[in-house]
Amino acid sequence: MTAVSNAGDAGPKVEEKLFQNRYLVDAGRPHIKVIPGAEPSAALRSLVTTCPAGCYSTNDRGQVEIVADGCMECGTCRVVTAKTGEIEWQYPRGGYGILYKFG
Amino acid sequence: MIEDKFDAIVVGAGASGNACAYTMAKLGLKVLQLERGEYPGSKNVQGAILYADALEKIIPDFRDDAPLERHIIEQRQWTMTETSHVGMHYRDDSFNEERPNRYTIVRAQFDKWFSRKVRDAGVTLLCETTVTELLRDGQGKVIGVRTDRADGLAYANVVVLAEGVNGLVGERSGLRPVVTPESVALAVKEMHFLPREVIDERFNLKGNEGVVIEAMGTITNGMTGTAFLYTNGESISVGIGCIVSDFEGTGQTPYGLLEAFKNHPSIKPLLAGSECKEYAAHLIPEGGYNSIPQLYGDGWVVVGDAGQFVNAVHREGSNLAMTTGRIAGETISWLKTRRDPATAANLTEYQRRLETSFVMKDLKKYKNIPDFLHKSGAHVFTLYPRLIAQAAQTWFRVDGKDKRAKEVEIFNSFRKGRSLPGLLGDAFKLARAWR
Repeated sequence: MTAVSNAGDAGPKVEEKLFQNRYLVDAGRPHIKVIPGAEPSAALRSLVTTCPAGCYSTNDRGQVEIVADGCMECGTCRVVTAKTGEIEWQYPRGGYGILYKFG
Repeated sequence: MIEDKFDAIVVGAGASGNACAYTMAKLGLKVLQLERGEYPGSKNVQGAILYADALEKIIPDFRDDAPLERHIIEQRQWTMTETSHVGMHYRDDSFNEERPNRYTIVRAQFDKWFSRKVRDAGVTLLCETTVTELLRDGQGKVIGVRTDRADGLAYANVVVLAEGVNGLVGERSGLRPVVTPESVALAVKEMHFLPREVIDERFNLKGNEGVVIEAMGTITNGMTGTAFLYTNGESISVGIGCIVSDFEGTGQTPYGLLEAFKNHPSIKPLLAGSECKEYAAHLIPEGGYNSIPQLYGDGWVVVGDAGQFVNAVHREGSNLAMTTGRIAGETISWLKTRRDPATAANLTEYQRRLETSFVMKDLKKYKNIPDFLHKSGAHVFTLYPRLIAQAAQTWFRVDGKDKRAKEVEIFNSFRKGRSLPGLLGDAFKLARAWR
């Protein structure tokens, strides 16, 4: 399969989409953490584009970082990195996180 | 500790958990239900189509007060390329029946309604409560759960894991393996609002009639997946999903796919002027029969998405969730009336009952489809849609070319695109997987 980028195709950015959603952020207690390691695996790096909330990014040092505030708790990153163990994934504490109005 | 001992604890207040809790309470069991969201439905995402039959078997008169959007009178199956769609439409006025067969719903509203029924039936529901682990006795039998509440232990004869596709409790307790990126699809969805009359006019509808569009083709950019568009009362649900492992290495984003689908010339006019009020994402178990984990053990059973109960071919999931929840609830109640403990040996009855239901029969029938799509995805989702669209173009364009020449051109395009053995092979493999 060839690499195709459709990120900037058309329409609003993912941040604008997330702006529609309701969240109760558990300040200072992120439910997902990237475990600091050496070289990020291809699986971890792929989350920069696969995460539907755009929570993942690559920093200057080539490390993958996460800001989980816009997380929709789909679990994609958990499943993708299950084999590499690079992510610590919990559900947010009861009541916190995404609050779907329509689902 | 949360009160005294219960007959059953249900982890989760989605379709399967509600069906199970309701069934058990109606049969006289003392049930505790735990939900991590602020309210039932706050964490749940669905297209969403409600299949009446599965709910009718639990709440026969659900139509009296359930929040139903539209009953479906028309199904459109689209095969799409960048500029076209070739459609199979089935519309029948006989779907305007007294007890319609399928409805569109707004999942968060539906879950609130279902949960009200569950509580009215006598279930104790605790929201904002995340189950963190299972409690076991010295022999390893599950006897309750630990939650993130202070003093949050709860005990029961049996624990029903209705925890959804990200079933952390069951996975981390070693009851089933972590789902693989190959066996789940990532779907993203938006809710677009429009006045009722505009939707009626655009889709040729009256009253509460509704339309469903299920689409596949080049819209998933070579990945295995489908897209959908459902009409609700005053909104349209639009979404797209692909197998998670297919995303890796492509650089494609789910929201990019959704934007491209929404901007497709066949879709864009249907959404024109709408206001988007929510963007959602969820995983869908798509591994089918071969991904179903161990479903019961000493003191526990698993229902719904956590058990991978989704028929990906027919886009059925919530009905399988409700049916597995109901059957688990009936089995647990049956054991109680016989005064049989919820041991693994006694809970084989749950599996036995599932085997005789449509749930296992359907999943078994399609057990080779996920593998077929995995291996033939590029042809199914890209090549064939292109060939079909090209054939339609050749056939319907009037350009002075004689019809015999057009037939030969179409035949040759298929043979050139996929070769004769390739075409026959695909047909054979599909037929064998479908059987």
